Amino acid sequence: MKTSKKLLALVLAAAMMVCMLAGCGSSASEAPASAAAADSAAGSAAPAASGDKVIKIGVFEPASGDNGAGGKQETLGIQYANQECPTVEIGGETYTVELDIVDNQSSTDKAPSAAQQLVNDGCSIVLGSYGSGVSIAASDIFKNGGVPAMGVTCTNPQVTEGNDHYFRICFLDPFQGTVLANYAYNTLGARKAYSLSKLGDDYSVGVCNYFDEAFKALGGEIVSDQFPDGNTDFTSYVSNAKSSACDVFFAPVSIEAAANIIDQVYAQGLTIPLLASDTWDSNVVAEAATGKDLSISVTTFYQEGANTAFDEGFKKWLNSDSTAMANNGGNDMIAAVSAMGYDAYYTALEALKAAGSPDPAAVMAALPGVTYTGVSGNIAFGENGDANRNSAIIKKVNCETGVWEFVSEATVE
Amino acid sequence: MSAVLPYLLSGISVGGQYALIAIGYTMVYGILRLINFAHGDVFMVAGVMMVYLSASLPLYISMPLVLILTVLIGFAIERVAYKPLRSAPRMSVMISAIGVSYLLQNLCAYITGGLAQQYPTVPGISNTVTIGNATTKVVTIVTPFLVIALVVALVLLINHTKIGMAMRAVAKDYDTAQLMGIKYNAVISATFVIGSFLAAVGSVLYFTNYTAVTYTSGAMPGLKAFVAAVFGGIGSIPGAVIGAFIIGISENIMKGLEAILGAMGLSVNVGLATFSDAVTFALLIIILVVKPTGLFGEKATEKV
Repeated sequence: MKTSKKLLALVLAAAMMVCMLAGCGSSASEAPASAAAADSAAGSAAPAASGDKVIKIGVFEPASGDNGAGGKQETLGIQYANQECPTVEIGGETYTVELDIVDNQSSTDKAPSAAQQLVNDGCSIVLGSYGSGVSIAASDIFKNGGVPAMGVTCTNPQVTEGNDHYFRICFLDPFQGTVLANYAYNTLGARKAYSLSKLGDDYSVGVCNYFDEAFKALGGEIVSDQFPDGNTDFTSYVSNAKSSACDVFFAPVSIEAAANIIDQVYAQGLTIPLLASDTWDSNVVAEAATGKDLSISVTTFYQEGANTAFDEGFKKWLNSDSTAMANNGGNDMIAAVSAMGYDAYYTALEALKAAGSPDPAAVMAALPGVTYTGVSGNIAFGENGDANRNSAIIKKVNCETGVWEFVSEATVE
Repeated sequence: MSAVLPYLLSGISVGGQYALIAIGYTMVYGILRLINFAHGDVFMVAGVMMVYLSASLPLYISMPLVLILTVLIGFAIERVAYKPLRSAPRMSVMISAIGVSYLLQNLCAYITGGLAQQYPTVPGISNTVTIGNATTKVVTIVTPFLVIALVVALVLLINHTKIGMAMRAVAKDYDTAQLMGIKYNAVISATFVIGSFLAAVGSVLYFTNYTAVTYTSGAMPGLKAFVAAVFGGIGSIPGAVIGAFIIGISENIMKGLEAILGAMGLSVNVGLATFSDAVTFALLIIILVVKPTGLFGEKATEKV
């Protein structure tokens, strides 16, 4: 009797633990989905009312989770482009473009069902996602559904490698990692770099690998660590960078982790420069760094001021729409991912025009030949459906004013 | 020693914060034999409330207000979700606790839009301080002392006051306690009030160090605190505190083990830091296998 009760208690406790872990995961799904539903309702209400022929463009982005902030900014670019140009002429007929926005929750296990929803809704083309991991996870869903997808800022090579349905308009991580390594070695003069990635995150692990390789090839030394999912305590990693006497702290991780890292690096008095990839190019990061004496540089796609017409229009739109403003982090600073989202939308319209039909298969066939000159530069698809991009912009936070400042445009031969 | 210091400091600090949450788990378990899974989320809700209240109110008003509101939430959760199930099987109450946990997380996800919110700067404890070769926030130093002071106060309360005596009586045998005229429900409410208060204090300390608050922020600290409570022997307050410190320190030492070994002249580079969470849970398994009631757990006297 005694032992059986104990056994029962243990089994129950174990069951509860499992339930709780599962709970953490699945409870994340409901509320953000409703938030995304509200977003999409706002995005699609106007076009649906006009009663024209409707064509759907899927927006596959995170609105919650680690990459929620970035995903929302990328979606904003797409939404702005959509309200600027809500119709498209396909095969002599005018279609109203409806954005079908889903939330992939920055999670590789939720992404496939979000993707499936877009396929089921009959989208002609899908844009996204911010964060390479979710794009890789959902890739097969788009493939099986026969829907072409166009990555906006997912830079991991695996997104487009070995498939015909995933395209992308941004540069790739081998390129970005090399640019960052060159910048760290030549411009910052670093000889020993600390590289921190998130365990199991395709994006940050990928960028760190390419950075490490390129940095070692230049003659530098690397100290690397990985932190587990759900970790907010970076003090020990900062101590590691400090005690191993590194010259630069490279952490191409999510914006959420970035805010914690910046705070803890500053609290521990680490004075070496921080370096990161395109994810950190966000006003959230700039705000976290304001008033702190730090040097933070990133590589990115677009610098505010490169296209005044877009900048002004986008800011005006943000200021007129309080939801959009909140999604942009509460101010009207333009994130590079918004500019990329804007370009992605117009590139998708070009593809639809070239296809001459809203049929996803026709769009997929037409995509490789599409070219478009956007605010972030020329877009043309080359090998693997990747855009031919050979330059990245390096930006740095001005810690007094809390804005991103242009440093240089970098290329790699 | 100097190589270990920064890791030890952050371990003690995070351990103290786990301890404050763990006390809530362990007290509720001691009295109700219920693992209150919503406790980690109460901790997170305290953080979220602080973000929004401090945006419109000065800190000397918003901070006490957060403590009071968190206590009220803890009290309300017990009254609404657990009290009606007093005579139901223990499993039903646990499932109700999981329901509350979901509810709180989803409410906060809705309010915050699923995005991380920046926790306000608390003057005094957000400043930085240098000890030896380690630079850290003042909160890191304050935490262990505050935790010890609160635990001493709590132990005094339990051993030397009327409500404390009632708590001990209910924990021993609640049927008999009721027959002796102890107001059972008042004792349970008091337990939840104390637990929520400590969770709120813990959230101020925790989020001052790790400033991003999201709707899932309570999950990991909650789980670690639960592990700490089981580790120390669930039902025992000193056990929960010691368990929390052991877990906080061992996970941070693990994160810095390569650097520490490096300073001692041993060069290891196999990514040991990756295993910091694995160590926490491996410790739990070992202690449960060796000593199933935890470090300070009472020996269960079965009456059958």
